[in-house]
Amino acid sequence: MLPKEYRTISNLSGPLLVVEKTEDVRYDELVEIELANGERRRGRVLEITRNNALVQVFEGTTGIDLDSTKVVFMGKVLELPVSKELLGRIFNGRGEPIDGGVAIIPDKTLDVNGYPMNPYSRDYPSEFIQTGISTIDGMNPMVRGQKLPIFSGSGMPHNRIAAQVARQSTVLGGHEDFAVVFAAMGITFEEAFFFMEDFRRTGAIERTVMFVNLADDPAIERITTPRLALTCAEYLAFEKDYQVLVILTDLTNYCEALREISSARKEVPGRRGYPGYLYTDLATMYERAGRLKGKKGSITQFPILTMPEDDKTHPIPDLTGYITEGQIILSRTLHRKGIYPPVDVMPSLSRLKDKGIGAGKTREDHADLMNQLFAAYARGKEAKELATILGEGALSEEDKAFAEFSDRFEDSYVRQGEYENRSIEETLELGWELLTLIPVKELKRVKDAYIQKYLIPKKEAVKE
Amino acid sequence: MAIKEKIIGSIAKISGPLVVADGMSGAGMYDVVRVGDLGLVGEIIELKGSTASIQVYEETSGLKPGEPVESTGAPLSVELGPGLIEQFYDGVQRPLNLIEKAAESPFISRGINVPAIGRSKKWDFEPAVEEGTEVGEGDLLGTVDETVLVKHRVLVPHGVRGKVKSISRGSFTVEETVAVITDGEKDTEVAMLRRWPVRSPRPVLQRLAPNVPLTTGQRVVDTFFPLSRGGAACVPGPFGSGKTVIQHQLAKWADAEIVVYVGCGERGNEMTDVLLEFPELEDPRSGEPLMKRTVLIANTSNMPVAAREASIYTGITIAEYYRDMGYSVALMADSTSRWAEALREISGRLEEMPGEEGYPAYLGTRLASFYERAGRAICLGNDGREGSITSIGAVSPPGGDLSEPVSQNTLRVTKVFWGLDANLAYQRHFPAINWLLSYSLYAEKLGEYWDNLYDGEWSALRTEAMSLLEEEDRLREIVRLVGIDALSRQERMILETSKSLREDFLHQNAFHEVDTFASMDKQFRMLRNIISFHHLCKDALERGSTIQEVFSLPVRDQIARMRYVDEKELDKIDDLLPQMKKEVEKLLPEGGMGDVA
Repeated sequence: MLPKEYRTISNLSGPLLVVEKTEDVRYDELVEIELANGERRRGRVLEITRNNALVQVFEGTTGIDLDSTKVVFMGKVLELPVSKELLGRIFNGRGEPIDGGVAIIPDKTLDVNGYPMNPYSRDYPSEFIQTGISTIDGMNPMVRGQKLPIFSGSGMPHNRIAAQVARQSTVLGGHEDFAVVFAAMGITFEEAFFFMEDFRRTGAIERTVMFVNLADDPAIERITTPRLALTCAEYLAFEKDYQVLVILTDLTNYCEALREISSARKEVPGRRGYPGYLYTDLATMYERAGRLKGKKGSITQFPILTMPEDDKTHPIPDLTGYITEGQIILSRTLHRKGIYPPVDVMPSLSRLKDKGIGAGKTREDHADLMNQLFAAYARGKEAKELATILGEGALSEEDKAFAEFSDRFEDSYVRQGEYENRSIEETLELGWELLTLIPVKELKRVKDAYIQKYLIPKKEAVKE
Repeated sequence: MAIKEKIIGSIAKISGPLVVADGMSGAGMYDVVRVGDLGLVGEIIELKGSTASIQVYEETSGLKPGEPVESTGAPLSVELGPGLIEQFYDGVQRPLNLIEKAAESPFISRGINVPAIGRSKKWDFEPAVEEGTEVGEGDLLGTVDETVLVKHRVLVPHGVRGKVKSISRGSFTVEETVAVITDGEKDTEVAMLRRWPVRSPRPVLQRLAPNVPLTTGQRVVDTFFPLSRGGAACVPGPFGSGKTVIQHQLAKWADAEIVVYVGCGERGNEMTDVLLEFPELEDPRSGEPLMKRTVLIANTSNMPVAAREASIYTGITIAEYYRDMGYSVALMADSTSRWAEALREISGRLEEMPGEEGYPAYLGTRLASFYERAGRAICLGNDGREGSITSIGAVSPPGGDLSEPVSQNTLRVTKVFWGLDANLAYQRHFPAINWLLSYSLYAEKLGEYWDNLYDGEWSALRTEAMSLLEEEDRLREIVRLVGIDALSRQERMILETSKSLREDFLHQNAFHEVDTFASMDKQFRMLRNIISFHHLCKDALERGSTIQEVFSLPVRDQIARMRYVDEKELDKIDDLLPQMKKEVEKLLPEGGMGDVA
């Protein structure tokens, strides 16, 4: 039986349209809309009553008229056809290939909304991922199954960092299949092109699936883009045993799109006009990261969001911070100093680091060293602040040592090349190297045994 | 009781978790309904004529108008009985392990219906009364060993009184009759399984003032901002300030007999962490796994939002059930902000007039009535049992700004406030409870309690430590403006001692095997040493010693290491007292009175 065609659109507003006299329509169902000129668009049922349906049109309502437009309800929710063939391909925010290649021959099709993972079935993330970036590996280590966003601002090199992470990430001692799923939401062609080129040049494209919604694509599709990507990631991770790294950029654009729909629906707004359910909505994406008991694969999320006005208390970074397991924050000051990657280690945090580091994972001294570096850097920055107010002369010998440490820390530990892939060993050794600047008795956070083993040889080398 | 006719209506409208059904006349407010062909669980939250608004506890996608809605005729209830402990429930009390089994998938699919308490397991029931005894509601009927740590007391159900006609000993499932009570006309068969509507508090005989401490092994909490049994505390803080770690620490170390932990709209991995860690962790008092006295409720942020709203009530009702047995229960809710957001979302869909920041106007009332269910009380029954519920709610204020409605409404009803500070967290000072910001209205009452145990010294030590920290804040401001040289030697000493208080006492490493827990004995001794040392040094400075001499005393290192002294060797801490006296005395002959800088 052919699905029924409706020509009963009664109301158009922003991305939404109301279809009247509907029968047998389901909530959240997929909708196909045919314009008078034959153009086809798709949409989703947002609200339904006995005789009319509120439909959100993915590509926007431009050009739709009330009389001649036909609407068909598809009887299913939005689905993504999946197979291993997805790897190496590029799709738009509706899941259609845009790389000129053939359509996917699917193994199966999956509901893009997915289902919540049962917390009982989860396995705790504990395997260290080496990204080759010292400020992440050494100070804010990431583990498989974690969701660790970058909080950035306009004009900062978050894309280059994300590309570097995508290029370099490995699991120590692992020989598992590694895949990258990349979802671009509302970014410019230039930015998307940067990623595509980078992946092509380095060969990473072979193990990458891209879902691209550009700044001039319909804003509404930004809502589905990350869900397509995560559905693809779930398939690769939990059915095909891949270790999947999902890069989502830029979450700010996603939230803007959500706000747009919410205001079109005349919903009661929460903070700054964002819908009251922003937290829940973001959670349904972020929480799709993780590991499952009895499955080899994992989904690690590396979302990027640009904080409006670099304001961490803006609802988007704020709610994200409450859901994700830490955050990497970029600093404009470091960026101005010309330091790449400008990671501000003090407010950055990886919540899952404790289970991912230490003997057998990275190295026994990792946790102590990390805490010591944090403490020393904090004290050094404090000393420098003091010096700006009272002058260098007011600093004690120790404070001077710490101040020098913090400079050197930024210059050689934080700073590294875009193509410099530091192993965790190198990162740790570099940390000890820097600690030689500080009197041993001030190193209260590290065990004596580690000082003997790792620091003293370096001190002696310096003396000679 | 007349059998109610089944009320079956049909769906008229669907909008996210909100479904409107008509043809529901006769249904009651807050009745649980089954929605659609899948039989999704929902609850009526608004009635207008024969039209009911229903919040659905599962994802509604795929439902369509016209599908049936059936009322169960009863409000949302939890099942109570042996088998609760060690369970891991979702927000509407479905065991997550059984969901996994029923769904045959690690993902939670819909329409799953599993019993909250196992029906087939047999429990050894030991009667506590004899046939012919007169009993009233809340009286002890018998006991069951639920776990090695928890003796489950089976009580006479609410509304039942009379003579015990028969009572059995032996193995029973929760549904089998263990006793029959007769009031002369009617016999009531009593089984172990009970039901209770989650939104109504369970009654008690008499409520008591909260003046007994609940120790937690966390120095900043027990010494500075103590919690009392039956009290209510809130922990607001921006993200990354260690709210969840504090909640976990309290769940682990608080000296409550039962712990109910509600993960409300939080991270999935965090709940998994609790789930994997608690069975491994040893209860410091019994040596058994902590899980043997814990009930976990998890409704992670990606699980349906309506069930998140219910999870807090599910938790507190289970807590009340164990309180009624005479236990001291600690309830942790992480985080009440997510619960409030769920409330806001549902309210928005109901198109109610919003209050502040889109939250419904009844937010304050709901929060207050939740925290009021905490308390110390004499339970129903003839034996004067005393039980308590201590509620500790985490609040996640957006941007760490406490002026927002959830924080403000919570502060109005809770008596303890542990203010978390992002700056402390950046400095890796944990627990990041800001000592200048936080307060506990129980401090004075509980001070008296500890004074009785510690020869009246306790309150004095605490007060002095607090004022040193206050003073430090003022002095640091001066140092920031004009430099350390502007301070007198005495003031330098205050800075030094405050630093020691902060670093050696308040800072506590949750991941260090010894430091993670400090008994009151240990806390008292540590604090006494720090303050005594301060007095000795102050004295020495007055008598002419220099700052450098005092600061380089070797005993300072040992003071810094007190926290790592094992609970079994607390004398080692006391041994420092004579040692510091000796070291300070050594300074004096060289110092001499004339040498005042």
